[in-house]
Amino acid sequence: MPDLLLELRSEEIPARMQRKAAGDLKKLVTDGLVEAGLTYEAAGDYWTPRRLTLDIRGLNARSKDVHEDRKGPSVNAPEQAIAGFLRSAGLSDISEAHVHTDPKKGDFYVAHLTKPGRAAEDIIAELLPSIIREFPWPKSMRWGAASSKPGSLRWVRPLQSILCTFGPETEEPVVVDFEIDGLRAGNVTYGHRFLSDGKPITVRRFDDYVAKLEKAKVVLDADRRKEMILSDAHNIAFASGLELVEDEGLLEEVSGLVEWPVVLMGEFEEEFLAIPPEVIRLTIKTNQKCFVTRRHGEADRLSNNFILVSNIEATDGGREIAYGNGKVVRARLSDALYFWHTDQHDLPDMHTLAAAGIKFDLDLKKPLDQRMARLDALNVTFHAKLGTQGERVTRIRALARDIAPLIGADPTLAMRAAVLAKADLTTEIVGEFPELQGGMGRKYALLQKEHLSVAAAIEEHYKPQGPADFVPSDPVSVAVALADKLDTLVGFWAIDEKPTGSKDPFALRRAALGVIRLLLSSDRKFELLPVFEAAFAQLREDSIEQRLEQFEERQAAQQTGDVDGEEDVINAISGFEKRVRDQVSARARPVLLDLLGFFHERLKVHLRDLGARHDLIDAVLTEGADNLLLIARRVEALVVFLNTEDGKNLLAGTKRAANILSAEEKKGTVVTETVDPALFSLDEERHLHAAVNQAESQAAQAIQKEDFSGAMVALSALREPVDSFFEKVLVNDENPDIRANRLALLSRIRTATNTVADFSKIVG
Amino acid sequence: MTSPLPDHMQPTRSFQGLILTLHNYWAEQGCVILQPYDMEVGAGTFHPATTLRSLGPKLWKAAYVQPSRRPKDGRYGENPNRLQHYYQYQVIMKPSPANLQELYLGSLRAIGLDPLVHDIRFVEDDWESPTLGAWGLGWECWCDGMEVSQFTYFQQVCGIECAPVSGELTYGLERLAMYVQGVDNVYDLNFNGLEGDEKVTYGEVFLQAEQEYSRHNFEHANTTTLLRHFEDAEAECEALLKAGSPKEGDNRPMHKMVLPAYDQCIKASHAFNLLDARGVISVTERQSYILRVRNLARQCGEAFLLTEAGGANLKSESV
Repeated sequence: MPDLLLELRSEEIPARMQRKAAGDLKKLVTDGLVEAGLTYEAAGDYWTPRRLTLDIRGLNARSKDVHEDRKGPSVNAPEQAIAGFLRSAGLSDISEAHVHTDPKKGDFYVAHLTKPGRAAEDIIAELLPSIIREFPWPKSMRWGAASSKPGSLRWVRPLQSILCTFGPETEEPVVVDFEIDGLRAGNVTYGHRFLSDGKPITVRRFDDYVAKLEKAKVVLDADRRKEMILSDAHNIAFASGLELVEDEGLLEEVSGLVEWPVVLMGEFEEEFLAIPPEVIRLTIKTNQKCFVTRRHGEADRLSNNFILVSNIEATDGGREIAYGNGKVVRARLSDALYFWHTDQHDLPDMHTLAAAGIKFDLDLKKPLDQRMARLDALNVTFHAKLGTQGERVTRIRALARDIAPLIGADPTLAMRAAVLAKADLTTEIVGEFPELQGGMGRKYALLQKEHLSVAAAIEEHYKPQGPADFVPSDPVSVAVALADKLDTLVGFWAIDEKPTGSKDPFALRRAALGVIRLLLSSDRKFELLPVFEAAFAQLREDSIEQRLEQFEERQAAQQTGDVDGEEDVINAISGFEKRVRDQVSARARPVLLDLLGFFHERLKVHLRDLGARHDLIDAVLTEGADNLLLIARRVEALVVFLNTEDGKNLLAGTKRAANILSAEEKKGTVVTETVDPALFSLDEERHLHAAVNQAESQAAQAIQKEDFSGAMVALSALREPVDSFFEKVLVNDENPDIRANRLALLSRIRTATNTVADFSKIVG
Repeated sequence: MTSPLPDHMQPTRSFQGLILTLHNYWAEQGCVILQPYDMEVGAGTFHPATTLRSLGPKLWKAAYVQPSRRPKDGRYGENPNRLQHYYQYQVIMKPSPANLQELYLGSLRAIGLDPLVHDIRFVEDDWESPTLGAWGLGWECWCDGMEVSQFTYFQQVCGIECAPVSGELTYGLERLAMYVQGVDNVYDLNFNGLEGDEKVTYGEVFLQAEQEYSRHNFEHANTTTLLRHFEDAEAECEALLKAGSPKEGDNRPMHKMVLPAYDQCIKASHAFNLLDARGVISVTERQSYILRVRNLARQCGEAFLLTEAGGANLKSESV
């Protein structure tokens, strides 16, 4: 069976797009072939910076003929109808049609149509131009003389040649002939831009294609290039007594920048090692796409050797390349060193910082305090409706103060940490490498001798960033982390910017998960709703102030020159302020309950990810439950209980009771409100009644003390009486009073178990 | 290639030799060799030979050196790599030739960078000039890890789709010269290629200027005056565009005063850069200033299409 080889060779494709583009090409072509009636055995996709290649094996040479019978009119139909049938079926004369007989309809015409199969080559030649024209590049461009006309070919960078051959292994393959904007498919490609002789390479099929490219210094398979780079990098590092600091993202990118990887080692001065290691690593990685190394046995400290991947086997063995890269790395590191020092010194625009200094109680002699003052003075917008970064820090500080006692943190430290938490956003290093936010703040805080917990909180308040991220435990970190996230969540809820479907531009789901993980890993009693309200109150102050300002401006504009009106203005303003306050608080409750509902949803997802059963979470979750830790503990206790013999049986008994009750309720049977012991005739009834009363009150007491296992133990005492009751007692007594009383007793089982969980929501 | 140049004019020996070599190379490729535009601009792209000439259907090939001013990058002459005034070498070819990458690599060979010794790479870099309403796709060209040029296929300029697309090459001359001369400090560059008493360094030519302009840019530029300059230039640009615009009843709607209007757009842009360096533009204002300059550039671009050089006559003739 024939194979298809396709290569689209272009000017350098951005590294980050190559893998996906090759995958897209494979999917589009194979889907198109299958849709056209062809099948294939295997398909492989390959890429380098300058080509996307597709290797499809075992393709049919032709698509199959497709037969179709098209029913026509009756043989007695008028001539017009028959002419219409001939036209639509593509027949020239009615004699080409067949006559079929149907017992009801009589004789009628049928056209036996055959859509003949097509040669695979034709299908490919028709399919590829449209795929290439409509290729889903994230960004594409026009070029050259053709771009003077609308509708010219777009590609990620200028497309230079198309190679497309097709044929069975035993024969000379043919070129599939098609053309796009003057580019005609052929059987020619070119090797490495510099290392090959630059002459055209004629290709027959995939096997000789790969071999000829390799000879022309192109390694087609990106994963092989990655392996080569990684193993050479390890070796070259090892030979110098160093270890490679691996980086998968960088490896992927670098493998997309070279067709012939050659690994070399470069060097910079040891004095640059004074820069924090992560800054060195990012500088070298982001700007130079090189790997860093460390000495054997070092944990964090880097060595002054880096590893680079070049695209050529240089005639001087790479001396110039390593030297040149070293120069650039040095220049970059001297910038980084300059930033690192600048951030530890006074800002030039100190005079603009005084107001912020007072507002946040800053010590403007300290560099990080100055950076916070600048963040405020710059009026950087956080979100158009949620104010500036400075305003946000004001809110987080107030909220951190409120939260601190709930978490066992010193409120003064929490406030200090909140004030400095965002200060590093205006440092030079974070300006250069935003991913170092927090981490740099911590370093600068330590340098200016902040309390260790304050310094830690500056870094840790961003955490946890996802389901696997580190959860801080220092109470100051926890307080500021909660304040930061809850301010964000309540703020975005208040302006109705909630996540929808796959859209969550402000990462609110992640923020909520962060809060959940923080609360579940501390053992403090923490109710969310009052904290939501506190966060909302902070926003409210801000929004009232803003609205008041607008209002005052309007009034002032109207009242210019009218001195007598001044009192009116003040009255009007206080009336306005009151109205706004009332409006806001009336609106607050439903918004905050909705946010709590969002937390319930996220908690369910989180607990389920940890392995808890969805139905058990539902069984304990009640609307308005705002202590997440208690919810989680209740689920845990329930899991344990339902794994015991008592638990399983009690669940079965409770469900049985519930079934009987709901069946009777459907029939309209009367169930008395309360149980009347005087109507008991059997011991089992009396025992159950006593047991229910006792279990319920003990369970309620245990729950009061947040002792969920205790509550479960209390309930387990019900198991035996419930079982004996069902064994010995006939609920459907002839006497309707007794029956109603027994049903009431059953419903008491339900209410008693409800103190712990809604058993009706538990499956099984 | 045997070089007719004397030793001290070799591109690896002197800064001016580098420029002359590039001039020769691109002249051989048929480019018009222009001189710098006589106004303060932030980049070679601002030269009307690029901004305006990249619009419209007419063929165009040009190369020139453009002194570029980035007031914010001043370091009082103390940083070995950063300057508030530096030279860009600019090449523009419309439409972009199919072998533009090869032509570019040829220019590197001409200045002594052998691609079998040096690692030359095309690394993704999409270019955008928000003030000019221009963008394109292309690369940073790396030599041994150092960005030595920017290579862009213009897709849009002055907010107008390029048809056809131009290819633009921008070389950072100081950086390139430092590389080929093997010098770590820009001020140590050999400017004239001579040695001993006759040697002139880049520092002798420009260090004092860097110090003085840094003082001006960061400390003394009068912001009130600059603000007024910005507003004046903006008003003047619009007035000139209006005065030169086609009149009703003209049988061909031609614009008669695009280039002077565009000069005012350049002036506004430089005033903005200085204000920015002085730190008097807040984050929110910044965006609105950029939009105001872009608006001028857009109007100039649209007007340019109504001129001879913009191809207005070509179009009507072909109808």
